[in-house]
Amino acid sequence: MTEAPRAASPAPAQPVAYEKPQPVVDPGTKPFWDAAREHRLSIPRCRACGQHHFYPRELCPHCHSDDLEWVDASGKGEIYSYTIARKPAGPVFAADVPYVIAMITLDEGPRMMSIIVTPDVEQVRIGDRVSVLYDDVTPELTLPKFSLDKA
Amino acid sequence: MKREAVIVGVGDVPLKDGRVVGGGSVLQVQARAAKAALDDARIPMRDVDGLLVAGLWGVPGPGQLASVTLGEYLGIFPRFADTTNIGGSAFEAHVAHAAMAIEAGYCDVALIVYGSMQKSERSRTLGGRPPVLTMQFENVWGIPQPVGGYALAAQRHMHEFGTRQEQLAEIAVATRKWAALNPAATMRDPLTIDDVMASTPISDPLKLLDCCLVTDGAGAVVMTTADNARAHGSRMIHVRGYGEAHTHWSIGAMPDLARLTAAEMSGRRAFEMAGIDHSAIDVVECYDSFTITVLMTLEALGFCKPGEGGAFVSGQRTAPGGPFPLNTNGGGLSYCHPGMYGIFLLVEAVRQLRGDAGDRQVAGARTALVHGTGGTLSSGGTVILANH
Ligand SMILES: [Zn+2]
Repeated sequence: MTEAPRAASPAPAQPVAYEKPQPVVDPGTKPFWDAAREHRLSIPRCRACGQHHFYPRELCPHCHSDDLEWVDASGKGEIYSYTIARKPAGPVFAADVPYVIAMITLDEGPRMMSIIVTPDVEQVRIGDRVSVLYDDVTPELTLPKFSLDKA
Repeated sequence: MKREAVIVGVGDVPLKDGRVVGGGSVLQVQARAAKAALDDARIPMRDVDGLLVAGLWGVPGPGQLASVTLGEYLGIFPRFADTTNIGGSAFEAHVAHAAMAIEAGYCDVALIVYGSMQKSERSRTLGGRPPVLTMQFENVWGIPQPVGGYALAAQRHMHEFGTRQEQLAEIAVATRKWAALNPAATMRDPLTIDDVMASTPISDPLKLLDCCLVTDGAGAVVMTTADNARAHGSRMIHVRGYGEAHTHWSIGAMPDLARLTAAEMSGRRAFEMAGIDHSAIDVVECYDSFTITVLMTLEALGFCKPGEGGAFVSGQRTAPGGPFPLNTNGGGLSYCHPGMYGIFLLVEAVRQLRGDAGDRQVAGARTALVHGTGGTLSSGGTVILANH
């Protein structure tokens, strides 16, 4: 038998560290994360075929042109599918259970995975209209999450 | 005269409660499976000149150069190597690639082998991969991997087609009935639809008993020419058709969450090559990482129409004694699932076609369809095998 571990002593008053996975930003994705920090949802649009895409790529996945530009999306969309995580993706998400992960079809066309911020996970449905909100989780990182318009 | 590539040997290692009996490193268990398959083929290891492995041993360094590492360990010098890793369907692709290499005269004896000790090593978690490159847009959200991606597909399938969770549960129950007939299966106790429905919710709508097992395991397949098979007195199984495809890795890039596009592509090609239609298939071994995987695969391969998978599996139609024998070893849901399962689909199909399947033998099985799915519904590999 070993002695039960003691609870850690209370942390000194300082901001709680953000321990969840953070994107390893690279040159191809930096404009998206930089824009998020400014509370903009910036996604690539192809000048050749006119279609948007997400996540950002070097070539348009629709027509393979390299003539791309970054544009601000409306931040509006609808839920294409979702799952309620009843078990966390690792211990750092344990306190969030249950939480809603959704594939959102942006009004511009592409799909984006994000979190649906809601007080009641059971009310989420496919087809629900959603709007972006910005969660400044660290001074350097802002996560674009979504909330239900019907709430 | 054209060389015909055939399967001449299959092997695996004994499991008890999901662990390799006697334990071992991931290289040891692959060597045992390889020896079992070569003994079955009556072909010596020294004749192996093609080695096909998918790796994924969780070992930095050696795990990344899987063919050269395993070739060295086995004491062979292959002149054809294929380390295609498209997920759990890699081994169906390996059969296709080995067949092409053998028929082109590029190698004579091909060994396909896989092993994992993930249960014994406790190396599996729901946590994701590092949030780099394409993964930075998914793993930051805490999506449980890989179940969350399959859950998103299941939810969409239910939305579009009215598929019910009870219909997914039918698959788990039928598969368990097959496992009860397989002494090597990890989970053999009877299961009811209510049991599945009441099991621990993981990622809605998928529950614990919709999910494959986490076990150890190792398996191997040996292929050679029909002429060489005759020379060795091997029991040969013919490769009638094959196809492969992949469409995405991130679940966010899946073209349609309610349709398994990769399986549609690979299945169509395999059927065209075989020159047969669905009525000629006597037994189906299809990847069952999750119950939804099976449902979407049956639709994509054309055994039923899109959206009709729920009705197709209802009433225990895929269970022993039913009209559609499916996953006759108990599948990844109840037999074993060592990270990548596709090799065991091939092993079971060959045993069925040889009449070696014991209590679970499908009477008169002459033609089998094997379909692997890898990643998050990302890749498909279809192989059609026959004993005539
Ligand atoms: Zn374009």
